[in-house]
Amino acid sequence: MSEPTTTATMQAADGTPLKVSLARALRRQKMRALLLIAPLLGFILLGFVFPIGQMLFRSVENDVVRDTLPTTIEALENWDSTSNEAPPEEVFAALAADLQVAVDTKAHTVLGRRLNFEYSGITTLFRKIGRDVEDWDLATDGPFAPRFEDSDDEWLDPDLWRAVLAYSDRYTSGYYLAAIDKTMVNGVIESRPADQSLHLMLFGRTAWMSVLICFCTLLLGYPIAFLLATLKARHANLLLILVLLPFWTSLLVRTSAWKVLLQEQGVINDLLVAIGLLADDGRLQLINNKLGVIIAMTHILLPFMILPLYSVMKTIPPSYVRAAKSLGATDWTAFWRVYFPQSVPGIGAGAILVFILAVGYYITPELVGGPSGSFISNRIAYQWSGAGNWGLVGALGAILLVAVLILYWVYDKIVGIDNVKLG
Amino acid sequence: MALPSYASAGQKIWHYSFLTICGLIFFFLIFPIMVIIPLAFNAQDFFTFTPEMLRLQADGYSLKHFNDFFNNPDWYRPLYNSLKIAPMATIVSVSLGTLAAIGLSQSHVPYRRVIMAILISPMIVPLIISAAGMYFFYSWIGLQGTYWGVVLAHAILGIPFVIITVTATLVGFDKSLTRAAANMGAGPVRTFFKVQMPLILPGVISGGLFAFITSFDEVVVVIFVGSVGQKTLPWQMFTGLREQISPTILAAATVLVTISILLLITVELLRRRSERLRGMSQG
Repeated sequence: MSEPTTTATMQAADGTPLKVSLARALRRQKMRALLLIAPLLGFILLGFVFPIGQMLFRSVENDVVRDTLPTTIEALENWDSTSNEAPPEEVFAALAADLQVAVDTKAHTVLGRRLNFEYSGITTLFRKIGRDVEDWDLATDGPFAPRFEDSDDEWLDPDLWRAVLAYSDRYTSGYYLAAIDKTMVNGVIESRPADQSLHLMLFGRTAWMSVLICFCTLLLGYPIAFLLATLKARHANLLLILVLLPFWTSLLVRTSAWKVLLQEQGVINDLLVAIGLLADDGRLQLINNKLGVIIAMTHILLPFMILPLYSVMKTIPPSYVRAAKSLGATDWTAFWRVYFPQSVPGIGAGAILVFILAVGYYITPELVGGPSGSFISNRIAYQWSGAGNWGLVGALGAILLVAVLILYWVYDKIVGIDNVKLG
Repeated sequence: MALPSYASAGQKIWHYSFLTICGLIFFFLIFPIMVIIPLAFNAQDFFTFTPEMLRLQADGYSLKHFNDFFNNPDWYRPLYNSLKIAPMATIVSVSLGTLAAIGLSQSHVPYRRVIMAILISPMIVPLIISAAGMYFFYSWIGLQGTYWGVVLAHAILGIPFVIITVTATLVGFDKSLTRAAANMGAGPVRTFFKVQMPLILPGVISGGLFAFITSFDEVVVVIFVGSVGQKTLPWQMFTGLREQISPTILAAATVLVTISILLLITVELLRRRSERLRGMSQG
């Protein structure tokens, strides 16, 4: 038997081959779909993705030293940075010339602020020399080194010049080193002194407290999801409202509620004193520490654990457990060997979601955490508003963002973002 | 989960202790929110129950914190600002989000996964990073500290919720309905408004309510992107909680809880309506 050979291709009504016609229709459909998506995608890319990228770029960008002190940097190249001597006179002359230009635009204060992250106290030096340098005549007033020394003898400190040289490149890894509590001295990476080493500890604390919160939400969420999944739909829907209400309630309302409940003169301490469990002078410290953050965040993130667990458990057929029991399994064995493994995808989905949301939390640690309960986000906010160290904001943000995006990718692989359910 | 009549004593004990545990967890979920409401009616400036309140005496309660909330410019101006920003942010995110969700639910969308991941990302990226990024960008283009700057920033944060709810509604959408409409001579625009829109409307409204509550509740981004002129209610609560905690905050919280309950009920009713429309309801 031979295959029927079709020499004539199938044709659509207008005479074009069917294949071509189909491809054209599909292409048109794709174009239409993309056109519908385009406005929003453009909006998000421009208004969200690009700004974040731009901010992260600040973590490597380092134009200010080279732009403000171009001739000084050039002169410094000839200086032996490993020596313990101040740079030669030509460097000071170049610096005086650069500063005279910089003073007009106040660029020297910006430079001072930038270098201050690496060499503390340098802001004052630059501000002071800025006032002096205006009166100098570059052609006749040399040599300049003694004049700088008159202003402040720290100008002769080789460490200061090494700091200037180390940050003279247009791009720097300095912020990332600072973000992991390291610093570069003469091209060698060293740890920062203990009193300046906060970030690794904060990253660590953020991670393990998020794990703890994840665990607490799982512990409290699993029984609730199980109950909801085994109840009749009508009753489950009613109880689900109790889960959704906290979800819909303002985060600040919930945080202020915990602040009111947990404080020393708050409802919980009052209650414990009233029933005689605590003496009036032995009130518990429940807030402004790690405990407060864990309690409040477990409460706030609990719905994000319950909802994915519930949607997975709803699909587990009750007949499996019944079959296990009829084969002689005890209640515990039937649950642990048959039901629990089927609920693991829900645990994964809920745990990753809670962890992703927890590591980025800012408001709750800020309000109920105190100094011992603050997260890395609080440090980023401090670097932004308090210290104005925007490069470090970018570097810390980039590390946090990479961690979150990896988890997001894992979440997408395991659960699929399309399957996120909101009630 | 009723207990069978042949259950052993051990099973009975376990069953009732399980229900008790669940009851306690529900209590943990709801109590902190509910406890705020009676405390807001406290006649004293305390954050705990006074003996008068516990004895249910009328003079232990008063409306003075609510009075302060609605008459003190420190509180009603932020409320007004929130009510001005949230609806506009909702309109932006719902209109763009619904169009994109319809696009995404077509059968042949190239790079669907990547696009979806980008559109959902504002929900995932830590707020402090979004806020700092938007601050620099919006200062650069001159929108920092303006009404529209805050509206656009909040619209971006609301979009993932619109995308999630609307695509969920579209999953159950019967495409033959739009084909039938096209067959009978309706153009794409007419089909959209007459056939598709009424059916996905519950999902769109829920998405809109999510976007609204996101903006209405947002504090980090508005602090970075906004200025004092756009101070919203959550912002005022945040400063109140951080600096000097005044009991008016409890009145504000009570108002917000009431709004959330109303929104939640609306969304629940819409969800049921949508399931009924699509014949997916279980009763």
